[in-house]
Amino acid sequence: MSSLKRNDILALSEMDREEIDLILQTAESFREVSTREIKKVPALRGKTVVNLFFEPSTRTRTSFELAGKRLSADVINISSSGSSTAKGETLLDTARNIEAMSADFIIVRHASSGVPHFLARSLQSAVINAGDGANEHPSQGLLDLFTIKENKGTLEGLKVVIVGDILHGRVAHSDIHGLKKYGADIHLVGPPTLIPSGIEQWGVKVHYHLDQALSGADVIILLRLQLERQGGGYFPTLREYSQLYGLNRRRLALASSDVLVMHPGPINRGVEVTSEVADGLSSVILQQVSNGVAVRMALLFLLSGGKHV
Amino acid sequence: MKITILSSDEMTRVLTRISHEILERNRGAKGIVIVGIQTGGVYLAQRLARRIEKIEGTLPPTGTLDITLYRDDLAGRHAYPELKKTDLPFDMNGKKVVLVDDVLFTGRTIRAAMDSLIDLGRPKEIQLAVLVDRGHRELPIRADYVGKNLPTAFHEKVDVLLEEAGAEDLVILNRIQNPDK
Repeated sequence: MSSLKRNDILALSEMDREEIDLILQTAESFREVSTREIKKVPALRGKTVVNLFFEPSTRTRTSFELAGKRLSADVINISSSGSSTAKGETLLDTARNIEAMSADFIIVRHASSGVPHFLARSLQSAVINAGDGANEHPSQGLLDLFTIKENKGTLEGLKVVIVGDILHGRVAHSDIHGLKKYGADIHLVGPPTLIPSGIEQWGVKVHYHLDQALSGADVIILLRLQLERQGGGYFPTLREYSQLYGLNRRRLALASSDVLVMHPGPINRGVEVTSEVADGLSSVILQQVSNGVAVRMALLFLLSGGKHV
Repeated sequence: MKITILSSDEMTRVLTRISHEILERNRGAKGIVIVGIQTGGVYLAQRLARRIEKIEGTLPPTGTLDITLYRDDLAGRHAYPELKKTDLPFDMNGKKVVLVDDVLFTGRTIRAAMDSLIDLGRPKEIQLAVLVDRGHRELPIRADYVGKNLPTAFHEKVDVLLEEAGAEDLVILNRIQNPDK
């Protein structure tokens, strides 16, 4: 018998290695379901999953939707533009109304950090964080761990270089928390304005020159340049960013020969990475997407026992 | 009190007999696939396949089936049985599937296994082989091949120990007083 120690998935920072291992191992079994002709099992029959997205998302929302549907749950999607939020309803009221319709899971994405935590405290439904502000994106972190483990066999001792906007990077934060628990050697690279000061205290190394950081890298995780959050003038131009921090074929050659190139999507082609590298042999970007469904199925399945009282 | 139901030698004979019965009933090994239910049936399925190979000269394909996602008692559980691999590396359509489990009890596992198999393909036939049939069926299910019929009380426990799992081959009945009495 096995179960998670929690009723909600809010952040990788608060989970221990044993729990993460259980999730990754369960995801491994779920990957097989997505390869079947009938990609559906009855495990969550009669359960309801609500995707409550206050920020745009295609990949994550679709991934959770497919995960729920492949487990036979009923899935509904609510986005802020089409909801009563636009009419001035408070966040908690929206969530309580959804819960009143007997939602078992609420998957929430919000521009403010801590929203999933707030909902988890206020609701009986299981809450899964699908990205909260600049804080965390735990399901993405887990699928990144899963993809690295799948390709490298282990996470221990790997040199992982995370490139880009660490400041607003909730994916980076979840990746760092997850990778640290497995003893990876984590290097962050980006413009000084996009690397929070003091982040070395998390046990990571900081670089400002991509070429230096890439030497011998086993994994390169590119972060999406969140163009919607760049109002602060963090760097002069996109062109300069891509020249200094964009991954291209020449830079890829500095890394280890069997390096993995990862990106949470959506890719700004020609900015974070050239098309040649994004579509090249080292790229596991689409594998990340496939694995995302399996990892999210594992999360829904493991949480479906309900609140432990 | 622990009672030995099958010793190592007896288990060997029982599995050999079941292998012959499978071959007799299906007139050879053609079109047969052997599927072990996680976890108790997996090693037994492999043993039956190897015995059939010894007798017939051809090794029937084997697979494993995890029925956790098809259980009828998932709702309301707080801790789930660990999810194991389903691996059926062959096309099941038109095949005769011999499902293998260690102990046949309420029949609920077999119901789940049949639902799962039918979602995975359309076998021509599903047959059931079990090492021990201990009775107390809650569903209209019966085995085609039975190693040992064992009358038990509902609350008693039957343990099947296997070499592959690091034990000595043994089937044990734990005779215990009904705690409700």
